[in-house]
Amino acid sequence: MIDRGLLRSAGLRFGAMYAVLLAISAAALALFLWWSTAGLLDRQTEAAIIADAQGLSERWAEGGLPGLMVTIEDRLAQNVDDDAIYLLADSKMKRIAGNLTSWPPAVSVAGPWYELPIMRAGIKSLASVQRYELPGGFHLLIGRDVQVRSQLRKMLTDALLWAVGGVLLLATIGALVIRNLFRRTLANISATSVAIAGGNFAQRVRLSGRGDEFDQIAEVINDMLDRIGRLMDGVRQVSNAIAHDLRTPITRARTRLEDAALHAESADDLRAAIERATQDLDGIVGVFQALLRIAEIEAGSRRSSFARFDLAPLLAEVADLYGPLAEERGIVLALESPDAVPAFGDKAMIQQAIANLVDNAVKFSPDGGTVRLRAAMSAMIFVSVEDQGAGIPVAERERATDRFYRGETARSTPGSGLGLSLVLAVAHLHGGSLQLEDNKPGLRAVLSLPQADAVESRVSSSSSRLSSEY
Amino acid sequence: MRILLVEDDKDVAGFVVRGLKEAGHVVEHADNGRDGLFMAASETFDAVILDRMLPGGIDGLKILETLRSQKNAVPVLILSAMAEVDDRVKGLKAGSDDYLTKPFAFAELLARVEALNRRGKGEGPVTKLVVEDLELDLLSRQVKRGGQKIDLQPREFRLLEYLMRHAGQVVTRTMLLEGVWDYHFDPQTNVIDVHVSRLRQKVDKPFSTGLIHTVRNAGYMLRAEQP
Repeated sequence: MIDRGLLRSAGLRFGAMYAVLLAISAAALALFLWWSTAGLLDRQTEAAIIADAQGLSERWAEGGLPGLMVTIEDRLAQNVDDDAIYLLADSKMKRIAGNLTSWPPAVSVAGPWYELPIMRAGIKSLASVQRYELPGGFHLLIGRDVQVRSQLRKMLTDALLWAVGGVLLLATIGALVIRNLFRRTLANISATSVAIAGGNFAQRVRLSGRGDEFDQIAEVINDMLDRIGRLMDGVRQVSNAIAHDLRTPITRARTRLEDAALHAESADDLRAAIERATQDLDGIVGVFQALLRIAEIEAGSRRSSFARFDLAPLLAEVADLYGPLAEERGIVLALESPDAVPAFGDKAMIQQAIANLVDNAVKFSPDGGTVRLRAAMSAMIFVSVEDQGAGIPVAERERATDRFYRGETARSTPGSGLGLSLVLAVAHLHGGSLQLEDNKPGLRAVLSLPQADAVESRVSSSSSRLSSEY
Repeated sequence: MRILLVEDDKDVAGFVVRGLKEAGHVVEHADNGRDGLFMAASETFDAVILDRMLPGGIDGLKILETLRSQKNAVPVLILSAMAEVDDRVKGLKAGSDDYLTKPFAFAELLARVEALNRRGKGEGPVTKLVVEDLELDLLSRQVKRGGQKIDLQPREFRLLEYLMRHAGQVVTRTMLLEGVWDYHFDPQTNVIDVHVSRLRQKVDKPFSTGLIHTVRNAGYMLRAEQP
């Protein structure tokens, strides 16, 4: 029984492919060798015979039968290799001149090449001959003794046959080696996959350090695993956060409703309690929507809607939206921006990110303070929002962008703790970053986004890079 | 208004039907896609409220696409739990006039449905909006009340224009954010209230009667003082 698993093995397939390729190339080489040695000798013999015939026919034309006879005898006498064969016969096939005793009966017509055994000076030999017809009923046979050549040919054939055997053996060994190599490489990857499937997510594919294709695959797989790991961490974080942070408003809404059901003394009390509980629920829905939006951004599915746009009017709009709110509290909302800031990305998202930053700044700015919304262009676009509020202590800055994270100073202000998470997600989606710095006093949030031209050239030169980066 | 509601959730449907009837509208209800499509195609409505995920093999988008392919231009509001930006884009592309995600406040739904009615009538090129003694000239971009010129910032002008185009109707904060600022997210902060109150300072305060009214738990309404 053939092992079906073995038949399906890609390693074996590659091995077999190697063997077949090796055999085909060896056969091609052998054929070429054959053609250029044995074949060449044959062709030389034939060429010599044809040249002889040409010469003899000229002699016949000049000197008739006697001339030809003399020439044949001369040529035989001068033949150093002793391989020439001539036979001149009359119309009755009787020998007139030459070194064969009788006309070989097999040589019946002129034209084709004959290879036949002959007796010459009492020795058995092999000859290649051709028959020519002369005027007056004479027949001429010209040939060469090819005994030595045929021995050489046999030797060559034997050697090539041995070589074929050797090649087959080598091909089989090579196939096995390749298969094992293949298996070993895959075993590395598959062991990692099995470990991960079994729950050990820290496992990574080992690199051989040679930087070859297998290492490249391993690196890609490891990158992918890292990204999956980060996403999983994110999911874990979010679900934990949801479990903990939504519990509070849900508890509040529930308590309000239950309290109203038990203790409300009038329809108005009841209505007021229900209204407040509805507001609580709306707040929870808002949090969910913000979470979903962040998840949507992080998933990167919105990258298809990226387009070139001018950031300057967008900044003006955000300033316009928050201006009156700031003014109410005596805060100056100052906008400093170049006339045109060409950006590339999802306009609505960047708008929301900047609005979140300004929203935060206005919220945490002391009354009568200044909130600065600034845009600057260098290698990247930098949108900075500065306030003069309490700022975020260095120790908390790292965690400020975590979902639901609310600094000590922010606990008393309304908010869900998702604003900066969204800004960070938007920054990452666009290949930018979010820096939180000390504004002395206050907070300076710097959102960096790539410039339109930089992104567009990168997208056109390698569109796959952008998608593989995140 | 004669309104068709296609919604399979009994609680939501019952609540919406009751609310719309209380607001003085005639409501028909279908609880699956097949009936919904049949009713929307065979009867005349002023507006259709369409859930996206429906039983019966025909979902909301399919109904909408079928209606639009039959050149039926009835105003449609999609009411769906599918809240992603792409879902919204898909709905609007399929030909819906508005998109509201669940869960929703009834006041928001009512305001948006009533706004659809106005949109559906095709008011033609209006050059001047008038509510009582308040006049807004869209060509010269001038606002007058009782013949007295009022200076408005461009954004305040657009806010007032939006309110006047929907005069007599409730306009919610999100409608204003979408319609005036083109913002499709909730800024959490009461930015809109501040803008409206500033507009009031200019349009209402110097005069004896107020035109811009706050509607509790819903939004704002610009309307003539009731006699």
